[in-house]
Amino acid sequence: MLIHVNLNDKPVSAEIAPDLLLVDFVRQHGCYSVKRGCETSNCGLCTVFLDDRPVLSCSVLAARADGKCVTTLEGLQEEAAEFGAFIADQGAEQCGFCNPGFIMNALALFRDNPTPSVEEIREYLAGNLCRCSGYEGQLRGILAFLDWRKEGAV
Amino acid sequence: MKTVNQPLRKKDAMALVTGQPVYTDDLAPADCLVVKLLRSPHPNAIVKSVRKDAAMRVPGMEAIYTWEDIPQDERRFTLAGQTYPEASPYDCLILDRHVRYVGDPVAILAGKDEACVNRARKLLKVEYEVLEPVLDFHTALDNPILIHPEDNWEALCPVGADNHRNLCAHGVDSSGDIDQVLSECDIVLDRTYHTKACQQAMMETFRTFCTIDVYGRLHVVSSTQIIFHCRRIIANALHIPKSKVRVSKPRIGGGFGAKQTAVSEIYPAFVTWKTKKPSKIIFTREESQTASSPRHEMELHVRVGAMKDGTIRGIDLHTLSNTGAYGEHGPTTVGLSGHKSIPLYGKTDAFRFSWDVVYTNVQPAGAYRGYGATQGLYAVESAVNELASILHMDPTILREKNIIHEGDIMPAYYNAPNTSCTLDRCLRKAKEMIGWDEKYPVRDMDNGRVRSVGLGMSMQGSGIGGVDVGSATLKLGDEGIYNLIIGAADMGTGCDTTMAQVAAEVLECDFDSISVFSADTDISPYDSGSYASSTAYVTGKAVELCARQLREKICQLGARLLKCEESQVEFDGKRVFIPGTPDPEPSKSQTSIPALREVSLMDIATASMAFNDIALECTVTHTSELSPPPFVVGAVELEIDLETGETTVVDYAAAVDCGTPLNPNLARVQTEGGLAQGIGMALTENITYNSLGRMAENSLMQYKIPTRLDIGKIRVEFECSYEETGPFGAKSIGEVVLNTPPPAIADAVYNAIGKRFYELPITPEQIAMAVLERNNRRNIP
Repeated sequence: MLIHVNLNDKPVSAEIAPDLLLVDFVRQHGCYSVKRGCETSNCGLCTVFLDDRPVLSCSVLAARADGKCVTTLEGLQEEAAEFGAFIADQGAEQCGFCNPGFIMNALALFRDNPTPSVEEIREYLAGNLCRCSGYEGQLRGILAFLDWRKEGAV
Repeated sequence: MKTVNQPLRKKDAMALVTGQPVYTDDLAPADCLVVKLLRSPHPNAIVKSVRKDAAMRVPGMEAIYTWEDIPQDERRFTLAGQTYPEASPYDCLILDRHVRYVGDPVAILAGKDEACVNRARKLLKVEYEVLEPVLDFHTALDNPILIHPEDNWEALCPVGADNHRNLCAHGVDSSGDIDQVLSECDIVLDRTYHTKACQQAMMETFRTFCTIDVYGRLHVVSSTQIIFHCRRIIANALHIPKSKVRVSKPRIGGGFGAKQTAVSEIYPAFVTWKTKKPSKIIFTREESQTASSPRHEMELHVRVGAMKDGTIRGIDLHTLSNTGAYGEHGPTTVGLSGHKSIPLYGKTDAFRFSWDVVYTNVQPAGAYRGYGATQGLYAVESAVNELASILHMDPTILREKNIIHEGDIMPAYYNAPNTSCTLDRCLRKAKEMIGWDEKYPVRDMDNGRVRSVGLGMSMQGSGIGGVDVGSATLKLGDEGIYNLIIGAADMGTGCDTTMAQVAAEVLECDFDSISVFSADTDISPYDSGSYASSTAYVTGKAVELCARQLREKICQLGARLLKCEESQVEFDGKRVFIPGTPDPEPSKSQTSIPALREVSLMDIATASMAFNDIALECTVTHTSELSPPPFVVGAVELEIDLETGETTVVDYAAAVDCGTPLNPNLARVQTEGGLAQGIGMALTENITYNSLGRMAENSLMQYKIPTRLDIGKIRVEFECSYEETGPFGAKSIGEVVLNTPPPAIADAVYNAIGKRFYELPITPEQIAMAVLERNNRRNIP
């Protein structure tokens, strides 16, 4: 079947199999930041934005993206670098494999709730697993980023 | 120190946080054949026949291989990444007619895409002769059912193995007369503990791609911790010369020891070698859970003997370890269960440590962070905690009386001296951090919940003493830049960065002027690989020594340019110079042009590229007889809902002695991550098999690794000793950090509800039932 997707602000038309998953579609189109960690929608690694809402691309058919906007970290390089630098300053990126999904979902959090509490951060990102960091360094990085943004706004 | 011990950003950090394509599957050629495995549904069976004609007719299929393509009498090999001759038995074939666990490969399929390979796999017709399995590891030894009855099974090292007894290893180590000492003790606590085959569950599953290079050699690109061992394993498996194999690693999406076994490499290697076409294999999460290299399930029988005053006089430990269907890391992991737990108690008069490692028809085990020490420390530390409560002593006071100190000799650690140790300070610090004296043992929160505390200690090694080899190559290039080339594997740990920090410290240069390359068997100097907590200590020292040697070479060329003796010059990172002030009035015999007194690093680098015969590069290899232990004391505050059994880690405090942290940020995150894995092992990560040998926890849906809601607050403080034999005083950090939560949490559960559990994980159901039983008992008049 033919689908038309706006992928990272570029129109993409593709003939796809009906059972193609969105995660495979975006990787086939060069968005290698999107990772598959579990196949059972437990890990959050494959998070992308579908019309600006975070979804697990391993559990969404590519056909569902027809006529919609799909955003991956490739389309958010500046935001990713800006926020990611705070994760890097904690050494909390570690192996990095969970980072794209985690950072996508964190960016979604900041859009939904610009000043989240620690509990709100933990809650929102609960579906983003990380096996390296124990999450504390990620939390420190998020809080440092929020502080920096708050200072910048003054 | 300017660079070492500084919280610098990892060199690859920004590439990782912006999602650059740097991992194995991101780099695989688009035209790779997709390789998948048909796996056995039976735990013990003989493959009688595989009919593949229908499967091969699926469009796009390239090849299907079965045991008939592998000579069954050829020399076996091990997938364990260890220094040759490996302690792990040679018990594998690429495809074996005898399948030994649910998940053992039956056929290798290669086709143009995933869809055709999946279709073909369904069309394979396999006839099995199903055999009775050995699923309970207590029944394995001398069971008439043999896991490895074959004649070409082989043990390269004398580890007490006997395949006709299902025995992968057996041994005893002791000092003093343990039976005599225990008979003299006021109390001998005798307990048995059980730990499961927990999964590393790194976020990137096992994966490898292979190509044939311009010279007709097999180039294997794999997510591996052990490039050099991989080269040997692949050559052994394919029965081709090692000169035909090159192994490189890109970025690795986590390892934790899982990738110290060549879990995925041999299959695409075989396909590409046969077809001469590029191929790749990407393990599914289910395959990673059910057919890989998890922790060894162990049963640990501990006897601790003590006097009424709390003096621990002897420890007797027997470990039964389940290596599963194959013996990867079986003979070695078990050793750490005693050698990394008993030495914590330095005042004992005797110890005995004995072990049996048995084959069974379950998933083979491998190397998982902690490598046996985790299991041993859970048992010994739990026993000490219980001993304290029997003696009516605070377990921290009991430990203060008995722990090892710097300078002590450790009989249960190969009689090595304890060269650097702040365990006593760590104990004090962890108590203070958690508020032990106010909170021990338990507080009723008056809302149906109680809060309790518990504590455990941990030690590990820093590399394998007398075995591990680390190397570094450093070279100076144009304009004074440096390349550091290592064979250790950064798997997210940040060793590319910490190694560069060591080099920059010695070379007195800017951290950014050091570029790091790792790791490739064709390019890197030999390194055993990143495991056994070796990289910071062993490879780190190699980097330090290498940088010192390169300084000498820079001085050598600098002196030649200054037309003086090497002994006259010094190097400050930016220039080579002759110290002191020049003679103001040169004698008349000298020319009127003042002699050069300094030359910049940049000019030396430039000079090295024209009419020069001094190599401004060097390689240094380092090894160490010693493996100085790092130490951790961890204390937990738990909250338990007495009605539901829900258990929450409120706070986890850890005090760490890793010598000098090469990078405090990375050492801290290593610690926090290790503690989270230990918390998972204690509370949520279960592995269960049914009577057909099938594992229930085959996905991250069932296998519950902690989320960020499950770990509470984790806090880490460093109590640094200085290890003279390490680079700038460093010891290891990677493994020691995982081990304290199991005993700490188990004791906190006891302190909360008065019931001891001797098996992990401790689940809410078990806790709720224990509370119910206790309440029922109280209600009986």
